[in-house]
Amino acid sequence: MTTYEAVIGLEVHAQLLTRTKLFCGCSAEYGAEPNTHVCPVCLGLPGALPVPNEKAIELAIRAGLALGCKVRTTSRFARKNYFYPDLSKNYQTSQYDEPIDEHGELVIEVDGVEKRIGITRAHLEEDAAKNVHGEGGGLHTVVDYNRAGTPLLEIVSEPDLRSAAEAEAYLKKLRDILMFIGVNDGNLEEGSFRCDANVSIRPVGQEEFGTRTELKNINSFKFVRKAIEYEIARQEAVVSSGGKIVQETRTWNEAQQKTVTMRSKEEAHDYRYFPCPDLPPIRVSEERIESIRASLPELPDAKRARYVEQLGLTPYDAGVLTGHPEIARFFEATLAALGDEKLGKKVANFIQSEVLRFVETRGLEATFPVKAEALAGLLALVEKGSINGKIAKQVFAEMVETGASAESIVESKGLAAVTDTAALEAEIQKVLDANPAQVEQYRGGKQAVFGFFVGQVMKATKGQADPKAVQEILRRLLG
Amino acid sequence: MSAPRSIVVQTAEAVRKGERTAVEVCEESLARIERHDGALNAFLYVDREGALEAARRVDEARAKGEPLGPLAGVTIAIKDNLCTRGVPTSCASKILEGWRPPYDADSVERLRAAGAVLVGKTNLDEFAMGSSTENSAFGPVKNPWDLSRVPGGSSGGSAAAVAAGLSQASLGSDTGGSVRQPGAFCGVTAVKPTYGRVSRYGLIAFASSLDQVGPFTKSVRDAARLMEVIAGHDPRDATSLEREVPRYEAACDEPAKGLRVGVVRSQVEAVEDAEVRAAMDATLDALRDAGATLVDVELPHAKYAVSVYYLVATAEASSNLARFDGVRYGLRVSRDDLVEMVEETRAQGFGPEVKRRIMLGTYALSAGYYDAFYLKAQKVRTLIRRDYDAAFEVCDVVLSPTTPTPAFEFGARTHDPLAMYLADIFTLPPSLAGLPAFSTPCGLTKGGLPVGVQLTGRPFDEATLFRASAAIEARLGLGEHEARAFLGDKA
Ligand SMILES: [Zn+2]
Repeated sequence: MTTYEAVIGLEVHAQLLTRTKLFCGCSAEYGAEPNTHVCPVCLGLPGALPVPNEKAIELAIRAGLALGCKVRTTSRFARKNYFYPDLSKNYQTSQYDEPIDEHGELVIEVDGVEKRIGITRAHLEEDAAKNVHGEGGGLHTVVDYNRAGTPLLEIVSEPDLRSAAEAEAYLKKLRDILMFIGVNDGNLEEGSFRCDANVSIRPVGQEEFGTRTELKNINSFKFVRKAIEYEIARQEAVVSSGGKIVQETRTWNEAQQKTVTMRSKEEAHDYRYFPCPDLPPIRVSEERIESIRASLPELPDAKRARYVEQLGLTPYDAGVLTGHPEIARFFEATLAALGDEKLGKKVANFIQSEVLRFVETRGLEATFPVKAEALAGLLALVEKGSINGKIAKQVFAEMVETGASAESIVESKGLAAVTDTAALEAEIQKVLDANPAQVEQYRGGKQAVFGFFVGQVMKATKGQADPKAVQEILRRLLG
Repeated sequence: MSAPRSIVVQTAEAVRKGERTAVEVCEESLARIERHDGALNAFLYVDREGALEAARRVDEARAKGEPLGPLAGVTIAIKDNLCTRGVPTSCASKILEGWRPPYDADSVERLRAAGAVLVGKTNLDEFAMGSSTENSAFGPVKNPWDLSRVPGGSSGGSAAAVAAGLSQASLGSDTGGSVRQPGAFCGVTAVKPTYGRVSRYGLIAFASSLDQVGPFTKSVRDAARLMEVIAGHDPRDATSLEREVPRYEAACDEPAKGLRVGVVRSQVEAVEDAEVRAAMDATLDALRDAGATLVDVELPHAKYAVSVYYLVATAEASSNLARFDGVRYGLRVSRDDLVEMVEETRAQGFGPEVKRRIMLGTYALSAGYYDAFYLKAQKVRTLIRRDYDAAFEVCDVVLSPTTPTPAFEFGARTHDPLAMYLADIFTLPPSLAGLPAFSTPCGLTKGGLPVGVQLTGRPFDEATLFRASAAIEARLGLGEHEARAFLGDKA
């Protein structure tokens, strides 16, 4: 029996985080009343002309550099011609043979194995409007042009992916990078990060590619995996039973848990690409490229590595803390406020066990229950020995509840550890006096009784005593 | 022969001094339109109310002692492919009939700001595609010098309006000669600026890499004044360039002595029409007389201009005109099915020449043909530009006839699109090279038809073209020998 391998290439459309659209001054914000963010340019009115958004060009360069691409000093907008009412001009302004970014790569890891995935190109293009069918129960289709002309970066991978798991890893990695460099908000639900997949299979060892199908509009990581897995299995079944794969566009039907045909090759368009005569070539100097490169923040991979090597975090913890740019920022800000890198692991632990469950992320934004500085204030108290870890959790809950600082809570509730040695020694002496039998046992060599004394002291001090101090004094008094 | 009066400059001056009111000037223009446009069909829309209101504002501003613009009270007609806020803009096409743009074209905005009074929108070949204005969906424009002849095209309405004195100036658009050729046929000064000199914002695109807005006036000086107003960088047009706008009126006063004129000998000699040839000879004599030196130059690749133009222009047009689909504005032929709606709307909305060019352009861009047609045509454009660069090594302006013949009769070429395309044979090369080019009247045939000479300049060197044109006008201008005589109006 023949064994097959899958060949997968991904096309990602990432909306660039600009305030305005790609060729006009309209707001690019999502979710406004239909047709309120429109003007003659994005409505394609006769006589209106496009003017490129410099910020979009900068973000495209930023993304290209973060993905290891060569950024072209001269690139060009081209028109992709086809009729559809969601295109106000009946052509999409895109890039064709001279895209802004080319020849990049991305390293993914699946089951502990690293793999390089080539990035063929990344190009700028304008988004289409949104067609709404059957609004109000009627037969009509209405069009909302708010989205028309919002800037997208289409990132095309080489057909280097061999499994659904690799595809998923690639997408997550790509999304992480784009979010960390502030180019895209990674929001699959709102469609600001969309993916199409080209899938084919071939017998293992065969050089040439099989006939591919294109999976369109996959809007969650879960669906990506399921859709590709299904499609690979479907193609294997077709080929194994002597059939032929038809080149076509398919889509994932979540209800039926399968991919279904959207349109076949016969309807494929001749897009008649040609350079857009309204837009001069995009020229970017080497100096500008280098200055954008210099402004790139630390990328997620480098960050994870640094957390492990420099801060002593486990790879797992480093992964959690770099799961979102704002979480990493919060972690680093807390650590910076404490001013001691050696506390990295403790800060990481506290954030993971106590803080993260309160954190909500939406796109690039995240809400935290307390400010990083406030958290640092709390952890500083633990470090000083003013409170212990257990009390710190109580104080933190109180901080979240009231917004008060750790210090004021500790003070007002009298939670400060009994660090007054004389007072603590008196407390301990009382415990020893009350338990003469156990003292005898300990002095007779039964070391295990030590824990009993600690427990009794902590009980007597309502948990506020510094356990380290308790142990020290106990040893001295018993010794 | 002598230079005609500069009515634009004189009117602005008279209004500023209070010798005439803007309302009087406007009413005179509206009255002439009323009396003559039934015969000419130069206007598609006369904005009587808007014009009078603009004129009143000029008079009020003067009464209040406010500064007046350089075109205060001057009546101007606008080709109907330039957007005018709230005023119908149809491109002489059924598909856009009745559409009122929500904004002004940049050039229109600048005219208004300069105090001009916009009297109406002029007729053209549908979407500026044509050389005779016979392709208008709303009937052809007549040539004021001979009503049995075409005014040229595509800006035939704007050229005829100025020639017949219906407005003191007008704006047209030139893609392959659409200002210069009707300028020559109607005996008026016609300016095609350097590509990028005047904003295309609000000019409804035919071929984006060629389209330029340009003025028609009776005199060269008047054109200079209009150009000073409409030229300049516009951030809304990415192809508009940031170059300083010189004092063109001052250039009209510079003597032509020492000017080096390059004569495209092969083009002059290709002219079969004896009277056009005679007018060219007279022009060369006049320039010599003015102290210019003449040299022969050649444009070896100009012979490909017609082929190149009809590939590039139609390719761009096929894409530019895709937006007319009945979805958002203009004509919609309702059908239950989307594809049928778009197809029927375009089938009924576009005229035959527009359809012909959309099909040509679609073909030229198709997979497998793009390299052989569009890409190759673009390469030849570069060669034509280099021909000019070489010519400008030895001269300051390049001279050729504007057209091979004077205005032809209606129907003479409508059966043969290729013969029609050849009317633009001399105006196409400067367009493809993106260079400024003027047509200046340089004589009348025995039958009383105007002849024009075309002067082409270096990029952004309109000033030298004003200088050379003024020299020709001073000696060969049509003076007060005006076309209006042919309309039976001696007033
Ligand atoms: Zn807009």
